[in-house]
Amino acid sequence: MQPLRQFKAKSVSIPAANIDTDQIIPARFLKVTIKEGLGQHLFSDWRYTSDGQPNPNFVLNQALAEGAQILLAGDNFGCGSSREHAPWALVDYGFRAIVSTSFADIFRNNATKNGLLPIVVSAEVHQDLSQQVGAEWSVDLESCVLRDANGNETPFAIDPFSRTCLLRGQDELDFILSHQTEIKNFERKAS
Amino acid sequence: MAKTLLDKIWDQHLVAPEGPDRPALLYIDLHLIHEVTSPQAFRLLKSRGLNVRRPDLCLATADHSVPSSQAEADGRRTYVDSVAEEQVRLLGQHCAEFNIPYHGLGSEHQGIVHVIGPELGATQPGKTIVCGDSHTSTHGAFGALAFGIGTSEVGHVLASQCLLQRKPKSFAITVNGKLQAGVSAKDLILAIIQKLGMHGGTGYVFEYRGSAIEALSMEERMTVCNMSIEAGARAGLIAPDETTFQYLHGRKMVPQGADWDRAVEKWRQLFSDSDAVFDRELVLNADEIEPMLTYGTNPGMSVGVTHNLPKYPDPNHQKAMAYMGFEKTRALTEEKVDVVFIGSCTNSRISDLRAAAQIFRNRTVAKGVRALVVPGSVAVKKQAESEGLDQVFLAAGAEWREPCCSMCIAMNGDQLQPGELAVSTSNRNFEGRQGKGGRTLLASPQAAAAAAINGRVTDPRLFLEVGHAAATSV
Repeated sequence: MQPLRQFKAKSVSIPAANIDTDQIIPARFLKVTIKEGLGQHLFSDWRYTSDGQPNPNFVLNQALAEGAQILLAGDNFGCGSSREHAPWALVDYGFRAIVSTSFADIFRNNATKNGLLPIVVSAEVHQDLSQQVGAEWSVDLESCVLRDANGNETPFAIDPFSRTCLLRGQDELDFILSHQTEIKNFERKAS
Repeated sequence: MAKTLLDKIWDQHLVAPEGPDRPALLYIDLHLIHEVTSPQAFRLLKSRGLNVRRPDLCLATADHSVPSSQAEADGRRTYVDSVAEEQVRLLGQHCAEFNIPYHGLGSEHQGIVHVIGPELGATQPGKTIVCGDSHTSTHGAFGALAFGIGTSEVGHVLASQCLLQRKPKSFAITVNGKLQAGVSAKDLILAIIQKLGMHGGTGYVFEYRGSAIEALSMEERMTVCNMSIEAGARAGLIAPDETTFQYLHGRKMVPQGADWDRAVEKWRQLFSDSDAVFDRELVLNADEIEPMLTYGTNPGMSVGVTHNLPKYPDPNHQKAMAYMGFEKTRALTEEKVDVVFIGSCTNSRISDLRAAAQIFRNRTVAKGVRALVVPGSVAVKKQAESEGLDQVFLAAGAEWREPCCSMCIAMNGDQLQPGELAVSTSNRNFEGRQGKGGRTLLASPQAAAAAAINGRVTDPRLFLEVGHAAATSV
């Protein structure tokens, strides 16, 4: 996992609320046993027509979305299934941060484990941001600030542990495994 | 200090406490595994030279990608494609490599992971249970803290038997009164999700309580807890009681003899103290709930079967109505149905099949309707066949298929064609969930069976005691 500290990138918006993980990546693409290369299936049913051609009406197929790394999405992003294929697909496609008014719990947990930053903003800020989609925004995880194209700075909250892992590009397993003694003691007490 | 049931289970599983800069480390008593969300986790373990810490606390089966068609003459099963077959093969290989108990195809215990866990008695009160599957909330019906996790976390649990977690908040959902005749546990949970919305439960663990909950059978409780996630709650809990103990008694993986008595004694302590304080509360009256169906593209968008569809100016509502093709529909009972699916971890247990069979018996599936009945496990299938339910379904013109997730998630080839409308006993009506372009109405097994017979959305109560004549004359 690459460390995520600060970056500046173009934004794109999919304003629908309750974008579930079946939309992010439909279940028929979950038969793979690897996690690489899933970006091609991101938003597949919205992105491609029934004959497999790019749907010109879908925002990710439009010129303004090219190179976008920040996704502004509607409320309750990532609801539904626990599939980690959703953040894998988003990251493989090139997204590094999702901005919404709220996230589903399992998706948020899965996202941060893959270097994808969920940023929660208020409805007012969300509304402001939706007026400047396509512009470049800056994300600063060191100071937990999102800076829009007009220079407005919005502080955001993130779990301190997830933040540390993201900043260091570190997965959580080493931290868990550093508790061998505690785990053994727990098992001894329980048996 | 007074504790909620969540507090009690949480505190009993703390390996390391939560702090401002770190989540708690929680011990996991049961790790359920299936083919879709595990291969990348096993790969991680192998790449780091790690072992599975407690294979004896794992239980694996194949359910999502396996076919629902019968075996060929030579015993082989035909998968939707080679990728699905490879995924299932790999699960078997990983389980063998790491010594994990595996109930794959051919095992008498194979089935949907959330059906076989309880069936085997692996699911027990007070346990912490995880699985790379959001419907792990099902197991909360036994007073276990059970929730879905991602594949990275599957790897964490394989390697350490522990999980990093922030403690969720508690949410008491009290259901007073009594469900009326013809109204099922599925209708109850759809009504709850309608009240809370898709993320009314985000950040919480539900505890269902009250007279209507206490009156439910274990299978009905599982249906309720199963869909907690559809309101955003990762887990739903019901305090264990005599109904729970009776269900578990004598099952393969529960303690036997004197150990059983000791276990029950311990389980009796698993309840929220009378003065425990919940972070949120909701009170409902079961008497007011009628058979429910969803009409939109998430499980929160549901309506009583006798009601007209609501109309809201909200663009998300309009988008859903456009996808469903319901812009001009006044009531769902106007809608012609193409497919009926009875199955899934929500409604594929023996009592669900009995409820459906009651309506199918001596009736015929309407012309042009495809009806699939997919039992949740080999054990459910055998039980149903011993009761002759398979013959009821087949005589009515429905398909009787092999245990798996089937058309709930449409990974194995069982799927809707674009535009088709299904009444489904599953748990998600998201766009394309049951096949690209397919449209899903979630409902109870009774309502699904009634739709199959009439060829359109139907109030199942018309088929029960009230009016056989009225229903068949539609």
